[in-house]
Amino acid sequence: MSALVTLPVLLPMLGAALTVLFSRSAFVQRLIGIVVLAVVSAVAAVLLVAADQGAPVVAELGGWPAPVGIVLVADRLAALLLLISTLVTLAVLLYAIDQRIADYGRETASTTFHPIFLLLSTGVSLAYLTGDLFTLFVAFEIMLAASYVLITRRTSATRIRSGMTYVIISLTSSLLFLTTIALVYAATGSVNLADLAERVGELPTGLQTVLALMTVVVFGIKAAMVPLHFWLPDSYPNAPAPVTALFAGLLTKVGIYALLRTQTLIFPLDGPSTLLLVIASLTMLIGALGALAQDDLNRLLSFLLVSHIGFMLFGLAVFDAAGIAGTALYVVHHITVQATLFLVSGLITRRTGTVSIDAMGGLAKTSPALAVLFAVPALTLAGIPPTSGFVAKLALLQAGAGAGLETSLVAGVVILASLLTLYAMVRVWVRVFWGAEKPPLTDPDPTDELIVGTARTAKPMYVATGALVAVSLTIAMVAGPLSAVTGRAGQDLFDRAPYQVAVLGEERTP
Amino acid sequence: MTASPNTPERVPWKQWDEPSGQWMLPGEHPPTAERTLLLEVVVRILFPTVLVFSLYLLIVGHYGPGGGFSGGLVAGLAFVLRYIAGGGTDLGARVGSRIRLRPPMLVGVGLSIAVLTALAPTAFGAPVLASAKLSVAVPVVGDVDLVTSLFLDVGVYLLIIGVVLDLLRSLGSGIERDAQGAGERS
Amino acid sequence: MNTINMSMAVVVAVLYGVGFYLLLQRSLMRVLIGIVVLGHGANLLLQLAGGPPARAPILGSAPDEQIADPLPQALALTAIVITFALTTYLLALGYRSWVLVGHDEVQDDIEDRRIAHRRAPEASMGEEAGSDDMSEDEDDPGSAAASGDPVEPSVTSGPAGSGRGVGR
Repeated sequence: MSALVTLPVLLPMLGAALTVLFSRSAFVQRLIGIVVLAVVSAVAAVLLVAADQGAPVVAELGGWPAPVGIVLVADRLAALLLLISTLVTLAVLLYAIDQRIADYGRETASTTFHPIFLLLSTGVSLAYLTGDLFTLFVAFEIMLAASYVLITRRTSATRIRSGMTYVIISLTSSLLFLTTIALVYAATGSVNLADLAERVGELPTGLQTVLALMTVVVFGIKAAMVPLHFWLPDSYPNAPAPVTALFAGLLTKVGIYALLRTQTLIFPLDGPSTLLLVIASLTMLIGALGALAQDDLNRLLSFLLVSHIGFMLFGLAVFDAAGIAGTALYVVHHITVQATLFLVSGLITRRTGTVSIDAMGGLAKTSPALAVLFAVPALTLAGIPPTSGFVAKLALLQAGAGAGLETSLVAGVVILASLLTLYAMVRVWVRVFWGAEKPPLTDPDPTDELIVGTARTAKPMYVATGALVAVSLTIAMVAGPLSAVTGRAGQDLFDRAPYQVAVLGEERTP
Repeated sequence: MTASPNTPERVPWKQWDEPSGQWMLPGEHPPTAERTLLLEVVVRILFPTVLVFSLYLLIVGHYGPGGGFSGGLVAGLAFVLRYIAGGGTDLGARVGSRIRLRPPMLVGVGLSIAVLTALAPTAFGAPVLASAKLSVAVPVVGDVDLVTSLFLDVGVYLLIIGVVLDLLRSLGSGIERDAQGAGERS
Repeated sequence: MNTINMSMAVVVAVLYGVGFYLLLQRSLMRVLIGIVVLGHGANLLLQLAGGPPARAPILGSAPDEQIADPLPQALALTAIVITFALTTYLLALGYRSWVLVGHDEVQDDIEDRRIAHRRAPEASMGEEAGSDDMSEDEDDPGSAAASGDPVEPSVTSGPAGSGRGVGR
């Protein structure tokens, strides 16, 4: 069982190596990618069941026990996020493959895309599973290095600027992370998360606050929380649709996951954190208001992504079992829905040849399938009752209302931000899908890899997007059992003991 | 150029001290002013030495300073030397002069070996990445300890060489080609 | 709890200061050097976290209690490798930018500027949409010139702007 925990990390890495070796054959590359991600999804499902029914599954690499060696830990939260992330990655891969086939035919292979894509998956899996701070850094670096390549791949003059911004900001945050690790190690002499949970508690309060703030800043940059969000709407929209979908779905959520893990395990609080509550409110409002000002569909979605990062921060800021559980549920819901929206945006751009909302119109008549594919995740993101967004927001609101006056006030901000999200989505709907039909624009840059403004059939792309919509609907349908799992995951994180016992063993923990 | 299959008896005495092997690096390199004879000859001598040293680092890595990464970097530096002396035409897509190998292949093979080595212990019921020591009695040398993590190091070694070669190819000769204006921008 | 010595603290501080200063520059080359310097600072800090300097890291070369903590060294090695890899990547990116754009400066976000310019007159004057379009046409080249942008971005923003005109 413990070897199973390493598979989500090792299999995509092996897949990346094999796709390099078989770079001549497009078919083999695609097959490897799909098979690897499918197997990892299955492994993640097994891990989730095992972690939910028993204790967290722990793998000690090389047989070295916890505080000394590197451990991989799959507890409820990690396994759940791993499962949903891998499913989304698989769907995005299918979309990207279909797009490639639709545009360039079955035979053309892209030598770099598949290895890099699988390496990104490796980094994401490692970030979820790792049990120590430095391996988390390495995981972030694998993930980010792969994302640098994806965002600047086959780049054009306009896209290289956004790629540069993204790379520089990410590198800076990584170096800050390294600094944090150095300070944590200097103060405690350990990088193991479970071990740190004990040792940091023995430090002076001021030092604890400094370290906690540094982790908040580092992961805040990666998660795009508000004072540190400026890079995201600048860089994400310029990448190709599958890449943006993957980034929006996964990368920021990995930042949220890292925040969740470090804040609950290493720097636990007694009650709601006022700082995080303020940041969460600002993130929700500035993101949503920023979205209303946009004309570019992808930028609008990027600002909404920032806004919804605030929702997840809110659950963490409440800092009780219910709040953390709400955040976990929200992350699961948001990974799927945000990736879906960016894929749909890719389909819309492919059809209309533009990202400008004002230049579109009447799509509901010309492409009803697209309208359905957009409407469902849009309503889900806004949190209309039968959808998964409603379930997740309800969990957050309940947690906020139950934790005192200031969290109840911020819960009001949650409702306001949800309404603003709904307004932004309705605005897109009215301008893009209703109104007079407008002819598609021609491809502004025919030389680059991305082909837009074509009505050429790409049914598999619709199917891949539809599959993600189905995943999102499934989340709404299994909301009962799912929120039970996230509830237990939140309780685990809040208690800290299950994680520590699983990693360090009974006798080391008080 | 002057290499001939003549036996020493038939060679006129004036040609006795002429080089019989090929001493300049790339055989088909066009004669340009950018070559330095001294550097090329020195690199010719240094290249195998540095490679052997990198292998030493690779093998000794488990107990002493060294390992797959530093070994790979040293080997990579050997290729960097060749690149500096012989230019892009020397490296391009070849390792040595006979084996043609694309650098990404080295990366792929190296990474595969490393990951498979990491997974292999699970077949014997040991945790992932565990290592074992095999003691072999070699007749002349004596007892040789072989640690299985050497295979991981071999994978890393190949990967690093592949990365360095790829860097030389893309940032070195790729830029040279662009500078000449003849290369297509892919 | 032992503290690090002053000279090392100063060196780390200077490396961080220089690194962050260079990060704030426009040219990608300077940013790259800034990241390298910053990386050195972070790695030095990691080393200092492992205890006082001048201790042997190799088992057997010193009594056990005088051996340097090997973990920060391993961490620093990994971090150096990562910084090295990303430095080469940034180099390649800078070169690519130079090939595509003719320089390696990180430019402004054009869309952001455009929205800022478009919204500003609306908010202050509340006029009809006609003047909005005109101000946009006037402002776009102006902003490009003011921020020192080269010709290409304003040219590429052209089709999007004209598309918007069709929309109205």
